[in-house]
Amino acid sequence: MRLFQKNAAGSDRLDAVIGPGESEHALEAKDLSVFYGGFEAVKRVSIGFERKKVTALIGPSGCGKSTALRAFNRMNELISGVRTEGEVRFHGVNVYERDVDAVKVRRWIGMVFQKPNPFSKSIYENIAWGARINGYKGDFDELVENSLKQVALWDEVKDKLKESAYALSGGQQQRLCIARAVALKPEILLMDEPTSALDPLSTAKIESLLDDLKKRYTIIIVTHNMQQAGRVSDKTGFMLLGELVEYSDTKTLFFNPKDPRTENYISGRFG
Amino acid sequence: MSGSEDFAANLASRHARGDRWRLMFMLSTMLAIVFLGALILTIVDDAFGYVVMVDEVDQRSLVPDGQRLEGAGAETLRAIIDEGLSPRRYRALEREKPFDERSGADLYDIVLYEIVKPQVAETYTLFESLFERKRIVEETTRAHPDGELIFRSWASMRFLSTSLTARPLTTGVLTAVKGSLLTISITILFSFPIGIAAAIWLEEYASDSRLNRFIQVNIYNLAGVPSIIYGMLGLAIFVRGLEGFTSGSAFGASAAGEVANGRTVLSAGLTLALLILPVIIINAQEAIRAVSGSLRQSSLAVGATKWQTIWHHVLPASFDRILTGAVLAVSRAIGETAPLVVVGASTFLTQDPSGVFSKFTTLPIQIYQWTSRPQAEFRHVAAAAIIVLLALMLSLNAFAIITRNRLRKQKRFG
Amino acid sequence: MKPVQTAMYPEETRGVLSFGKRSRPHENIIQAVLVFCAAVSILTTLGIIVVLGTESSAFFREVSLREFLTGRSWQPSIGEFGILPLVNATLMTSLAAMLVALPLGLGVAVYLAEYASERVRETLKPILEVLSGVPTVVYGYFALTVVTPALRNLFGQDSIEVYNTLSAGLVMGVLILPLVSSMCEDALSAVPRSLREAAYAMGATKLETSVMIIVPAAFSGIAAAFILGLSRAVGETMIVALAAGAGPKLTLNPLKAAETMTGHIVRISGGDISYDSMDYRSLFAIALVLFVTTLALNMVSRSIVKKYREVYE
Ligand SMILES: Nc1ncnc2c1ncn2[C@@H]1O[C@H](COP(=O)(O)OP(=O)(O)OP(=O)(O)O)[C@@H](O)[C@H]1O
Ligand SMILES: [Mg+2]
Repeated sequence: MRLFQKNAAGSDRLDAVIGPGESEHALEAKDLSVFYGGFEAVKRVSIGFERKKVTALIGPSGCGKSTALRAFNRMNELISGVRTEGEVRFHGVNVYERDVDAVKVRRWIGMVFQKPNPFSKSIYENIAWGARINGYKGDFDELVENSLKQVALWDEVKDKLKESAYALSGGQQQRLCIARAVALKPEILLMDEPTSALDPLSTAKIESLLDDLKKRYTIIIVTHNMQQAGRVSDKTGFMLLGELVEYSDTKTLFFNPKDPRTENYISGRFG
Repeated sequence: MSGSEDFAANLASRHARGDRWRLMFMLSTMLAIVFLGALILTIVDDAFGYVVMVDEVDQRSLVPDGQRLEGAGAETLRAIIDEGLSPRRYRALEREKPFDERSGADLYDIVLYEIVKPQVAETYTLFESLFERKRIVEETTRAHPDGELIFRSWASMRFLSTSLTARPLTTGVLTAVKGSLLTISITILFSFPIGIAAAIWLEEYASDSRLNRFIQVNIYNLAGVPSIIYGMLGLAIFVRGLEGFTSGSAFGASAAGEVANGRTVLSAGLTLALLILPVIIINAQEAIRAVSGSLRQSSLAVGATKWQTIWHHVLPASFDRILTGAVLAVSRAIGETAPLVVVGASTFLTQDPSGVFSKFTTLPIQIYQWTSRPQAEFRHVAAAAIIVLLALMLSLNAFAIITRNRLRKQKRFG
Repeated sequence: MKPVQTAMYPEETRGVLSFGKRSRPHENIIQAVLVFCAAVSILTTLGIIVVLGTESSAFFREVSLREFLTGRSWQPSIGEFGILPLVNATLMTSLAAMLVALPLGLGVAVYLAEYASERVRETLKPILEVLSGVPTVVYGYFALTVVTPALRNLFGQDSIEVYNTLSAGLVMGVLILPLVSSMCEDALSAVPRSLREAAYAMGATKLETSVMIIVPAAFSGIAAAFILGLSRAVGETMIVALAAGAGPKLTLNPLKAAETMTGHIVRISGGDISYDSMDYRSLFAIALVLFVTTLALNMVSRSIVKKYREVYE
């Protein structure tokens, strides 16, 4: 229980205990509610994400997918007027407990955004920066190369590592952003519609990446695109008006939905 | 998963560094505010405090035993004057105004300043006066046994209502206040209409042609020209080039015995008008731009001409903002010093400025003059003048805010 | 008369506005008046150029440009017109000012843009504005009566002169600080939110995000603030006129008195000066240097700001 505690006699206990076995799920939300002022955007959502699997969150626009996702690594705190209730358990610790350090939570739960947002730095620095501030002890060249290889970008950029990241195409930038996240060797990757700003070819590339990435990371992906959810995910959750309506294996959810609302959505009757 | 052992546990030190820098950022902000506080405190500190007065001629030697100079009768005073004043000075004062016609208070002033001649031997600041009284009294009794310790408000009603004199004890800011007000009136008279008209043209009429873009860029550039350059412009154009006009000789006006050349209130006001014109235009443009397009359209739709639309709808809707912007510009003009020195502000005026063709001085000019004097007394006079200047600027801003709020109310209910 | 194109109105109202038929004689007169008022700004610029140009060209008929720009002594009484001492003093005061204004201004900007809550920001910003509304002659008074004595207590009465460029420069830094901080704050706020989120999502602290990501991303805006601040410092007059010293002197010691370009213009033109003398004309030559320098700095600063606005919009 002291994993995240900043005050645990200066020792970073979390680093020592990363590994399977502590709890069944890599990440677990219990009665999670998020409020924008008085508006409840996420309503008492309970969900557990399995290790090394891809879980998709689908639902109509405005149903609270992004808000829920951002609640998992405490990103909502950066918006003023947001209040979170309930629990998000990571290694058995509720990340919202008072003495848990948000910086540390985010460091282990990486995030990829809808629009590629590389830093105004070189390609190399984009990847090395996060590792450097987080005290990476290994060889940086190796880290950069490995990370870029994991996202199949190495061959495209290995000759221009010192060039600005803005010189890359949109799809390349997004892969760079994924590489940037995996360079920290996180446990969980949160992805908020990572392909919605990309062309079909770049989208395909990233989708095929996910299969590789899930060997190392637990992935939670928000998507608008149901085909995409079907292609890439092992499990799928359907959200509507802030509630988690249904959550099960992707196949079951798509072909055998239990809830009529899910069925309506999947058959394209609304949303 | 092997991630963790590759990374050093550095969070504690990172947070510590974060806290340290947060403090630094806060301190820089505090520093700016502390400076403002220090500025105000210094001014107040200098504007009040003890002075040690030593009379050049002992007052008691002038009046019979047991009497005091203050409250002495007119005859006594005349007698002292007849006896003590040099014949030349006597004639000069008599010429100014015959002694027989002078009031008792007037005679008392003459005795005091022409014969007794009180001198400031030492001055103290307000905080010294408040907290170190004992030391001051000791010092005074030791160094100036004949001296008198008085608490003096350098900034006082008397200071405000007295014209300029050469002596720190008797001088006042009335001359400079009049000069400032006259100058600023000229500035407002020219810069407001021209500035607002230019803004209307740029926002409502001008097309996106190259010429108009050039005008716009030019205005932005003018706003960044150092004020002293405007002074050079004013000197060459208004003081010298248009001397006949700005000195008033073209209108047959020559203020009683004054030869002002072109170095007049008018030149000063016009120079400042050019100086603040770009700021007024830019602010007014923003105000006009903020008026919604639908207001214009509905007016045009009922058949109003373009000018009618502007006059009856756009201007009233934006006037509160235009006014606020313009007043900000004017309060900058009130504080301007450098261009007016260049245009030829008079360093010493024996007569208050009375019209646009008078020689001029202004509050900031006097502050500049007094600050650059080496004598400590003038520093206190400068502080007092600064209080007057800041009060003037403050009341101008207050006036603008009140007017703006009144206009807004009218807009809402009218 | 041609119908006036109106750029400010939406397309559908153009038909109504191109008032070819409606236009009446007095509308034309009004418009002519408005055009004239807008042209006053052009006339002002022309005036500045013509005045500085003619007076300086009269000056340069007697003093060569080379002598003017490279001479190391400015003593009109013996015909020496080398502007270096004045430029040098201007650079020294401006540099001191920027050494105060840039770090402090950036610190204030980071605090306001990244740390302060909405309410704190709303209270602090007007206070900073007051700072920039105080007349510069008051700053000069402060430099002379407070900062210089304090510096002399600090460094020793003998090592620092009563008039010195350091004191003037430091106080000028505070004068310029609000300008620099508000421009820097604009630049920091213009950095897209997504960049901040990216940094935080990687486990960066607030400091790391602000200093290592946001500030570099806002670099061009910060540079623009610096350049505009420098331009202000170069053109600032009253503080240096009061506190920096009278008499051109070529020295690199900030504890010594030295006269800047602006300070010299004010001192000479404030005295009795005859209009057809070399003294008089030399002031316009100095003013020309001042005008060109500040204009160039302002234009560079504005073009940088314009560019970064385009990038982020
Ligand atoms: N910063 C905010 N302030 C107030 N309300 C917000 C904010 N962000 C989102 N909301 C509201 O919260 C609800 C959920 O928003 P969210 O962005 O999580 O939806 P979403 O499912 O991700 O939608 P989309 O598919 O369009 O991205 C919406 O109704 C939205 O209007
Ligand atoms: Mg979303």
